Amino acid sequence: MYGKGILKGLGVTAKRFINTYLDDIRWLGKRYYTAEGIKHRSSKDANGIFTIQYPEEKLPVPEEFRYIPFLVYDEVDGEKVNRCTACGICAKVCPPQCIWIERASDPVTGRPAAHPVAFTIDADICMNCGLCAEFCPFDSIKMDHDYELASYGRTVYHLDDLMKPASYYDEIRPINNAKEVALRKEAEEAKAAKKAAREAKAAAKAAQKAG
Amino acid sequence: MTTPDFSTRFPEGVIADERKGYEGYIVSADKLIEFATALRDEYGYDYLSSLTGVDYIKEEKLEVVYHAYKTIGGTALVFKVQVPREKPEVPSLIEIYPGADFQEREAWDLLGIKFTGHPDLRRILLWEGFEGHPLRKDWQEPYYEADVKPFKSRWPSAEYQRAEAKNPYGANVKYPDKFDPEKWVPAGEDALYGSLAKYETTDKTGLRTDHITVNLGPQHPSTHGVFRIAATLDGETIMNLKPVMGYLHRNHEKIGERNTYLQNMPFTDRLDYLSSMSNNFGYALAVEKLLGIEVPERADYIRVIMAELTRVQNHLFAIGMFLNDIGAFFTPSLYAIEERELVLDIFEMVSGSRMMCNYFRFGGLARDLPAGALQKIKGLVFDRLPRKTDEIDRFLSENEILRSRTVGQGYLSTEDAIKYSAAGPMLRASGVPYDIRRAAPYSIYDRFDFDVAVRYNGDIYDRYAIRLDEIRESLKIIQQAVEQIPEGEIQTGKPRYQMKVPAGESYGRVEGPKGELGFYLVSDGTGNPYRYHVRAPSFINLTAFGPMCVGLKIADVVAVLGSIDIVLGETDR
Ligand code: SF4
Ligand code: SF4
Repeated sequence: MYGKGILKGLGVTAKRFINTYLDDIRWLGKRYYTAEGIKHRSSKDANGIFTIQYPEEKLPVPEEFRYIPFLVYDEVDGEKVNRCTACGICAKVCPPQCIWIERASDPVTGRPAAHPVAFTIDADICMNCGLCAEFCPFDSIKMDHDYELASYGRTVYHLDDLMKPASYYDEIRPINNAKEVALRKEAEEAKAAKKAAREAKAAAKAAQKAG
Repeated sequence: MTTPDFSTRFPEGVIADERKGYEGYIVSADKLIEFATALRDEYGYDYLSSLTGVDYIKEEKLEVVYHAYKTIGGTALVFKVQVPREKPEVPSLIEIYPGADFQEREAWDLLGIKFTGHPDLRRILLWEGFEGHPLRKDWQEPYYEADVKPFKSRWPSAEYQRAEAKNPYGANVKYPDKFDPEKWVPAGEDALYGSLAKYETTDKTGLRTDHITVNLGPQHPSTHGVFRIAATLDGETIMNLKPVMGYLHRNHEKIGERNTYLQNMPFTDRLDYLSSMSNNFGYALAVEKLLGIEVPERADYIRVIMAELTRVQNHLFAIGMFLNDIGAFFTPSLYAIEERELVLDIFEMVSGSRMMCNYFRFGGLARDLPAGALQKIKGLVFDRLPRKTDEIDRFLSENEILRSRTVGQGYLSTEDAIKYSAAGPMLRASGVPYDIRRAAPYSIYDRFDFDVAVRYNGDIYDRYAIRLDEIRESLKIIQQAVEQIPEGEIQTGKPRYQMKVPAGESYGRVEGPKGELGFYLVSDGTGNPYRYHVRAPSFINLTAFGPMCVGLKIADVVAVLGSIDIVLGETDR
């Protein structure tokens, strides 16, 4: 029969249409504007209306989500200590070359010092690739979750704009942070153990000499 | 690898390429036509997949590199032609392999290699009147800073400056000799329209009719981007049609040759931006071949899962948008996009981004699957996606309107599909069961049980239906992969951001959702690729677009284009 295929297709849309209402009733008003409602709507069991009503509702982003990078600082005795050592790896790895770093130098000796005086990221050029964060050996540059950056002008971040506390980093990437903290502790312990071993060896040698 | 021995058939003019790290044969330009004819007719290499050029500036040579296959499967036969840089003329292969058409035009456009005998050797990605051939090694782009990255100006004493402030427009833009902007008149498009059929005919009764030329696009909703179709019509019937592209051209390949190997990875995301995982895959394979490194088993499994999920969501999207094009406005496409969103959720969870995944690394992956990802994937591939694929099938496949617009329309015969180097679903819908995952398995595809989807009518409907078939096959592969995936490492060796890559060439190819996606790389032993070429299926599949449309009504052009499934990020590169 001509038209059977169309009717069959219309059956599909009709079913969807009805399901939308059934799902709404099933959730009794909790389907929208609630965290569990949003979770349900983005799960494999979602039925009916799918749309997240941004900006009233927001889809939670997963931990790995990446946007523009920022610099992490630790708080030591109330002071902000930037983790960045101005090693330059992030600037070298950055595909569109949108990181500019000016390394500090010791005022007395003129030798390079391990922190930046200026650090600029041109967010208009940044392609959000995350390679800088991936290869920074000091857990200093990390990818942010904040994606609401719309502005009328161009967006360029300088050192002060880029600095965010370690607690913020922990908040957005708890699993990664925990892993890194553990790794750093391990490395420190290994270093301490090595140092102890070296000292013991030296002491033994000295004792031997004396004896 | 078994390649034929040409020494008896061609005692002269065909020699093995013995440069270190290279393979294949070097054919002299005057023997090329004879050699290619023999390849096709005597040796069975019926499919010319890729054609590109390399500028060996130190040797003062330009080289054209060809990759040909047998559609019955097997590895590629690589052959090359070298010509002097001052007089780069190579005979065109368009008569033997019509699929060379656009690729030769591209090599002319970007490298300035003249293909003698090509009937329509115009620029293809750049505009007529562009000065120079940008992939030549001595060509420099505006805002040129250095030959290769990383730039010295970024560290350790960098002063932030925008490229355009430092380097005012014009400082290294090249102009033709004696160029006077006051007197310059754009070349117009005589060349384009001239390449279309004539304007006037006389029928049997002596009645004279005009053909008219119509432009669809560059801004046209059915092209999903900026793409133009120039067609001459007799009434409503298409007499001749040429696609016009390059509006999104950014010289991806030149950028790629300035980048380090790793820096190219996120750039590949931006080719076919619907299937970045597949793009990553092809590029990683090509570089791994040069580096000679293996990938841990777990990483291979994750790669396959991601590549197949990519295919699923790409095909869903392709079907949805195709239905949009033929007038089923947005209901089918939104149904498809719903499912795609769920797949993108997984990409985001795993790689950090929904579309620009940048997830593959040489020798592995950027990171392991986060907790819960596998569970989510299982939920999709065992439960939701099979159910929803059936739903879309039920929803559309028997619809009489869809069928009457697509069955028997936009026909591409088996011979033509091969001839025009069509790839992917387009080739398989024309009855050629050629799928790289089967024909020359890469990664761990030889472990999975799946069928190569094939359909035989070669019309728009089959190109629609084969995508549903392929979704089902992909789901089958993922189902096996998520069950078998072992624990373990996801990266061979320490991740490195800079490395010296052994000199040589390599070609990595994968069966992307749109067809064969290939990366041709030449390394000179440094940390930046000397040549980086992308064999883009969206681009080459368009070669058959014109011939397919001849004789159809103008309204059907949209349907034919939708059934090819192009993404302009990849077409224009
Ligand atoms: S890689 Fe890390 S430590 Fe080195 S310059 Fe960049 S942010 Fe600073
Ligand atoms: S995210 Fe990528 S593009 Fe952006 S600053 Fe980092 S490395 Fe550069």
